[in-house]
Amino acid sequence: MAQITASVYSSHVPLIGVAIDKGMTQEEYFKPLFDGYEPGRDWAAANTPDVVILVFNDHANAFGLDIVPTFALGMSETFEPADEGWGARPVPTVVGHPTLAAHIAHSVIQDDFDLTLVNNIPVDHGCTVPLSVMYDQPEAWPCKVIPLFINVVQYPIPSGRRCLELGKAIRRAVDSFDEDLNVQIWGTGGMSHQLQGQRAGLINAEWDNAFFDRMVNDPEDLANMEHVEYVREGGSEGIELVMWLVARGAMSDLAGGAPPTEVHRHYHVPASNTAAGQLILEDNS
Amino acid sequence: MGLDKPYLDIPGTTIFDTDQAALGYHLNMFAMSLKDAENRELFAADQDAYLDKWPMTEDQKQAVRDRDFNRILELGGNIYYCAKIGATDGLNYVQIVSSMTENDAEAHRQMMIDGGRSPEGNRYLHEWADGDPAARKERGEH
Ligand SMILES: [Fe+2]
Repeated sequence: MAQITASVYSSHVPLIGVAIDKGMTQEEYFKPLFDGYEPGRDWAAANTPDVVILVFNDHANAFGLDIVPTFALGMSETFEPADEGWGARPVPTVVGHPTLAAHIAHSVIQDDFDLTLVNNIPVDHGCTVPLSVMYDQPEAWPCKVIPLFINVVQYPIPSGRRCLELGKAIRRAVDSFDEDLNVQIWGTGGMSHQLQGQRAGLINAEWDNAFFDRMVNDPEDLANMEHVEYVREGGSEGIELVMWLVARGAMSDLAGGAPPTEVHRHYHVPASNTAAGQLILEDNS
Repeated sequence: MGLDKPYLDIPGTTIFDTDQAALGYHLNMFAMSLKDAENRELFAADQDAYLDKWPMTEDQKQAVRDRDFNRILELGGNIYYCAKIGATDGLNYVQIVSSMTENDAEAHRQMMIDGGRSPEGNRYLHEWADGDPAARKERGEH
């Protein structure tokens, strides 16, 4: 039986990837950020899954405005790192898990989530930076990855409630997959940041830290937060945090199990224009 | 009856909704084309010729020539698409983002190191009735 054993929540700021790619992590600007990632890296090394379902958004590198799927699942055997305008990151090809992806697609769509299924699609920093945060610079990523793209760029975007419920449906899907697989689900993006307009540079540490607490302790209530609150309090691009709810929805406490165990939490300002956050929860089913 | 857009009450912020996306379709697809290295070279070599290949409005083209990112967003651009214009110029995100604010890149970088822009006084349009951050800075406030 496949099982979701943990969820990870992580910012996916491009500059974090640049710092790793260019060996800058020990520079004064980056050191506090990367020191805070050490416990997460130790945990990741000791808890390497077979597959990560990696929830993120495309940033105008894969879909464009010709196709704007709300939820899109990556079905392929491989996904190449995208050139986002600065050249592609020098990171390994992301290797998928087509049979588990097919099973999830079948189950989740029958569970009333109308996923778009995609093959032959590049993955951008939203997918590759969290992998680098956890696994640094390996020759190959240590696990398979099923990318799950969420539209958080063009409104209307899915509600927090819808994201949480999608996570629950993904858990049901994984639970019914026959092969023995250790699966993690990662929700990425955020935390507070605004990349546009005269209000750019907004950071709200108090709100971010309350968001962490509610994510751990009361996700059902957090799922009711309106988009406008994310934007007003956490900045226009802070809306990415709704994607964390997909990962949280897949924890077994929301299906009658025990609450997850918080393993690690890290918060640092700034990474470029962003408040970087990380949270690791182990499932207790 | 119009659609409910509660986000219009947030100052200095343009939400990229379906109306903005309709305005900015060609502008954004032009910008997205710059994810390909050969297109970045073509654009850098002859900006006007490259822009003329896209059915954008003259205002949109001028905003691109001016690298006026606030105007680009107003005319339907989205930041993730249009940041690739900055990438083609060799700019990073702090440089692109700061160009929309009262600060230059160095001051913006320092503001971020100091904890970023506070949400205090920056949540509602009425809080900017006396002027946006640039106007406040002009008057020597804060
Ligand atoms: Fe993002």
